[in-house]
Amino acid sequence: MIGNPNSGKTTLFNALTGLNQKISNLPGTTIEKKTGHFVIDYHVVQITDLPGTYSIHPKGEDELISIEYLLNFKKHEIDVILFVADASNLSRNLLLYTQVADLGFPTVLALNMIDSAERKGITLNVENLSKELGVIVCPINAREEKGLEKLKDTLLKVDSAHQTTFFESSNIESYTIRHQQHNDYYHYLKSHLHHIRQQDQEKIDSNSRDISAETIARYKKIDKIVESVQVKNTRAKNLTQRIDRILLHPIYGFLTFFTTLFIIFQFIFKVAEYPMIWIETIFSTISENIKQALPDSMLSSLLADGIIPGIGGVLVFLPQIVLLFTMLAVLEDSGYMTRVSFITDRLMRKFGLNGKSVVPLIGGMACAIPSIMATRNIENKKDRLITILVTPLMSCSARLPVYTLLVSLLLIDKGDSWFDPRGLILLGMYLLGFIAALLFAFIFKLILKQKHKSFFVLELPDYRKPRLKNIILTVKDKASDFVFNAGKIILMVSVVLWFMASYGPGNRFEDIEMKYSKYTGADRETKIQSEKLEASYAGVLGKTIEPAIKPLGYDWKIGIALITSLAAREVFVGTIATIYSVGDADDEKSLSQVLSEQKRMDTGKPLYSYATILSLLVFYAFAMQCFSTLAVTYRETKSMKWPVVQVTYMTGFAYLASLIVYQTLS
Amino acid sequence: MNAAELKKGERAKINHVEFNELQNKLIEMGCFEGNEIEMLYVAPLGDPIAFDINGYILGLRKEEARLIQVIKI
Repeated sequence: MIGNPNSGKTTLFNALTGLNQKISNLPGTTIEKKTGHFVIDYHVVQITDLPGTYSIHPKGEDELISIEYLLNFKKHEIDVILFVADASNLSRNLLLYTQVADLGFPTVLALNMIDSAERKGITLNVENLSKELGVIVCPINAREEKGLEKLKDTLLKVDSAHQTTFFESSNIESYTIRHQQHNDYYHYLKSHLHHIRQQDQEKIDSNSRDISAETIARYKKIDKIVESVQVKNTRAKNLTQRIDRILLHPIYGFLTFFTTLFIIFQFIFKVAEYPMIWIETIFSTISENIKQALPDSMLSSLLADGIIPGIGGVLVFLPQIVLLFTMLAVLEDSGYMTRVSFITDRLMRKFGLNGKSVVPLIGGMACAIPSIMATRNIENKKDRLITILVTPLMSCSARLPVYTLLVSLLLIDKGDSWFDPRGLILLGMYLLGFIAALLFAFIFKLILKQKHKSFFVLELPDYRKPRLKNIILTVKDKASDFVFNAGKIILMVSVVLWFMASYGPGNRFEDIEMKYSKYTGADRETKIQSEKLEASYAGVLGKTIEPAIKPLGYDWKIGIALITSLAAREVFVGTIATIYSVGDADDEKSLSQVLSEQKRMDTGKPLYSYATILSLLVFYAFAMQCFSTLAVTYRETKSMKWPVVQVTYMTGFAYLASLIVYQTLS
Repeated sequence: MNAAELKKGERAKINHVEFNELQNKLIEMGCFEGNEIEMLYVAPLGDPIAFDINGYILGLRKEEARLIQVIKI
């Protein structure tokens, strides 16, 4: 299936294949290819859909790979090319059509969006179009699933390519083995691709001139045809223009834009909370039940404390992912997303970001995981990469419990005054993350090289009602991709961390049990937990890194919490509570009380001084501690390099910043 | 004059696109001699600009629009 972007290709694909589709990547790339199947008269038809393009001549690496993929098929491996054209934009759509037709495969032209054309005052004579182009034209309405039966029948019947060529290509190099099956234009294209791969600049430049001549020649022919089959009622105002008056209005446009962002944020922040709590509750219940049902053993502990919570820790992201992607799908499908890119482009460009980076960045204030996944709709590679790299700097919701604890600790002596500065400090933390994100985006913009200059040149399609089917299929795909790919990594890491926190070297655990066997105080359990944590591998690691974190104002106990919060930042609070034997981690007051009473081992001064607290705040603002984020970054960039870059620059910067804060204030 | 100089609502006929990395991309998108172009909207801060090109809306950065030579109708 081939066609322009915004021609309704995806809608048609979904209408034809329904759930019988899967999305995969062209090998070694982040380019999506959809494959699916459907049945016509007991024949199973396999259909492949590549990303939409405006011309068969590739612009940029992604289009190059896409077109190479297409041209690698042997003649007999493709039965039919189903070309989808937007009737309301016939001239431009036919450019790609004539190029594809010249390739020599049997082709069917599905003419979509005729209703849209009519609303623009365009009437088309489909029979004449079919005659002029020399191809069967099937009028369809993919959105309302009309005309599909006829289309399917036609697909079965077509068996030969049409005879006329739209463009006579000369200058065909003889380097390519002329497969008898393929025709001139096919070879002409192949030689162009070859020059690009060889990076033969001279040939590429001369090809470029040939291409502009070819495109203009094609359009000349196309425009003659279009003129003879199309009647246009000029100046018929359509709905899109009326809506754009508001949405692209200097004032109202901005208002709508910010309202949209706000709504998105509220959804992934507030609304997602409910299902997230249900999931957490379900999994902790399962965990409890297993512990009661099975005898005490390493295996039952692995299951109840390692694996089950690990799986729960993956599934807990689903509500946010589903909500974010549903809203994104609505924005994309409706056509509003392009307007967002249009409005924000100038500002985003300065920071090496893209208009489409706005949603991931805002989403990052709730959680970086779905936000990084959402960068997939940013076409420009460099912009996409930079967005992925800096999104985790936006203060996510997992940081909130940490901030809350530390801020209340900060203000513990202030008593109750009429002005609660907590909100202000929290706001400051969010601002800090935002500024850091922009700063590093700017730095990466300067450092990262880019093969081709990025361009904007963006079509703003007509507004359409988002299609439920499209949205559901997209969300299903993203959600399962997350669970089965990034999810595996997250599960593995949580099991490892559980092990490190639950087991220790030597017999220390048994010694602790023995030590408390006669103890009958009410806080027996919490005391045991605390000493066990200290004696565990995590505890040992915490003690080992103490020299490194001392300059930041931390001791080994904080060190343990830093390590365990690699599983999830909010684990910091639970770990701190365990270390200091505070039974109920949710009791903020008593936890901060206990913390404020801690004294340093060497000087006897308070451990959690202003300097230490602020240093911790800064550290948590910037450090990369969320393994789940790294897993998703790996998945989205298909490379180990970028997660490593994220950890290095973020944690490195966090270390530096905390160091400066602590040393300056103490 | 070039397309970036068009005021809101002004229509023009495209003359040619200057030789540049983007030349082919712009021609593909319908920026060639004879096609009509109308300036529709401007983003805040003056960039990018949305044009109606032969019936559909194309957003271009100012630097991209400058490449398109037009003749006012």
